[in-house]
Amino acid sequence: MSTTHPPAQSTPARPTSRSRPAPRARRLGHGSFGYVFFAPFLVVFAIGIAAPLGYAAYLSFFQDRLVGGNVFVGFDNYTRALGDELFRAGLWRVTLFLLVQVPVMLALALLAALAIDSGRLRWPALFRIGIFVPYAVPAVVASLMWGYLYGDRFGLIRQVGDALHVDVPRLLSESWMLASIGNVVTWEFVGYNMLILYAALRTVPQELYEAAEVDGAGELRKAWSIKLPALRPALALATVFSIIGTFQLFNEPNVMQSLAPDVISTSYTPNMYAFNLAFNGQQFNYSAAVAVVLGGVTAVVAYAVQARSMRKEQSL
Amino acid sequence: MSVKTPVGGRGRARRSSTALTVAMGLMLLYALLPLIWLLLSATKDSNSLSTSFGLWFGHGFHLFDNVWNVLTYDGGIYLRWFANTLLYAVVGAGGAAFISTAGGYALAKYRFRGRNALAAVVLGAIAIPGTALAVPTYLLFSKLGIIDTPWAVLLPSLVSPFGVYLMRVYAIGAVPDSMLEAARIDGSGEIRTFFTISLRLLAPGFVTVLLFSLVATWNNYFLPLIVLSDPQWFPLTVGLNQWNALATGAAGSGATTTGFYPLVVTGSVLAIIPLVVAFLFLQRFWQSGLAAGSVKE
Repeated sequence: MSTTHPPAQSTPARPTSRSRPAPRARRLGHGSFGYVFFAPFLVVFAIGIAAPLGYAAYLSFFQDRLVGGNVFVGFDNYTRALGDELFRAGLWRVTLFLLVQVPVMLALALLAALAIDSGRLRWPALFRIGIFVPYAVPAVVASLMWGYLYGDRFGLIRQVGDALHVDVPRLLSESWMLASIGNVVTWEFVGYNMLILYAALRTVPQELYEAAEVDGAGELRKAWSIKLPALRPALALATVFSIIGTFQLFNEPNVMQSLAPDVISTSYTPNMYAFNLAFNGQQFNYSAAVAVVLGGVTAVVAYAVQARSMRKEQSL
Repeated sequence: MSVKTPVGGRGRARRSSTALTVAMGLMLLYALLPLIWLLLSATKDSNSLSTSFGLWFGHGFHLFDNVWNVLTYDGGIYLRWFANTLLYAVVGAGGAAFISTAGGYALAKYRFRGRNALAAVVLGAIAIPGTALAVPTYLLFSKLGIIDTPWAVLLPSLVSPFGVYLMRVYAIGAVPDSMLEAARIDGSGEIRTFFTISLRLLAPGFVTVLLFSLVATWNNYFLPLIVLSDPQWFPLTVGLNQWNALATGAAGSGATTTGFYPLVVTGSVLAIIPLVVAFLFLQRFWQSGLAAGSVKE
């Protein structure tokens, strides 16, 4: 790094520096400017994340009662949340979603990234941009669009099925809904993840490939022994983001609720449950507790996955 | 930093594989067919929307009628939503990109007390999902009295821990310490150095963060849904879903208003265009920023 400069606090006062303006005289040590540049983020972080988080934690320890008003109840809201059937059902639903949708999406993204990076694809730029485009589509629009495509009203999927004399399952029905939402999420994010992985592949030094070729490695061998290890950090990052996104699932089921109100309940996902508790049930304290538990579960799972992938990295 | 190969074909040109191109073509179809359906649907009136085949035109070409209806319905409320979205995206994403750049630069280039702790806070904050905070944010903001104002959407949009993380990794490689030293010897202040020299070197990273923040704010739905109840301040996402609720009859009365479907479909198309254009125009920039940002820690 750069030459070390004493921190501002320990710089001795130099009363003479004013009278002899040396060209390198400084009023502040360089280090202090770190605070100056970081301060704006610290301010918005305090308002946008720290304060709501603290407030949620605070609220979760109270209850509004008819008699006595707002009272401190300790962990009552938390014990209630942990035993809440609706909350647990929602949590199980997103866990199931996570176990199926995320691996499928990341596998598709990985294959696409490797294909584009292989140099054996015609018009790679077309594929790179085309597959990425859905990421720019708002989740609300994506959900509306796919909802219409699935539906009976003017559903394209049904039309194609009829034309081919294939019996298309009712995609907005109870048994298919989770898969249908999974498809929307996959559609939205496969290109985004592909690009993250592709960008990581581009940072692999060319010499590694040349060395491998000299040793007689083929394309598959290079993919397995050079590309996949190089991708591990990016893949871990993509996995963590996907886990966070899945546990927080809200936009897609919330939008599709209007198309299938009987299937998507107000507690379909934990986040929808927290939302409805607060805004349809006026149970703000309990909703805060649910949000905190959900955030905790998300953080723990995301952290565990990250720690695991880092341990693997070190053992290599 | 590692060596970056130029974009577009590495090493010697290889035979292109037809099988691979076909397989990827299927994926491209999957990505684009729904959007083609959406575009075609925007040319139909509500009658042929339900009667004609989805991947072809219906009776008559109604795109311009539809666009006109979208723009003029309810005294031009759609344009108002569009302007709101633009405001949230430009101020929110622009601010977030700038704040993240300064923050990441500070962590990468200055040694100050608490730096490692702050870097750890940034990493931890990446794992805190914005949506988990939406309900508490609503409660806090209603205490502060900024519910139903643009501030309620803008303030949380300015926080981008991932942006700080990306810019920190990017700044380590893109801004050489020797250059900062040289600027100091020439008598340039730290702030001037940042604005005149460093910011230029950080441009690809900045554009990358800007675009990801732009998508996040343009597509934001959950937070505005919660903190706004006055349609005058809605972004497009919340407004469009309100129209959809009218179309499907999920909004109150229970009466379905099928005339709303062309509005929802055409309004959706118009809402997508700006981001797609932004991505296409800035792609050279953000792709190189992304590549550097994904280098392992």
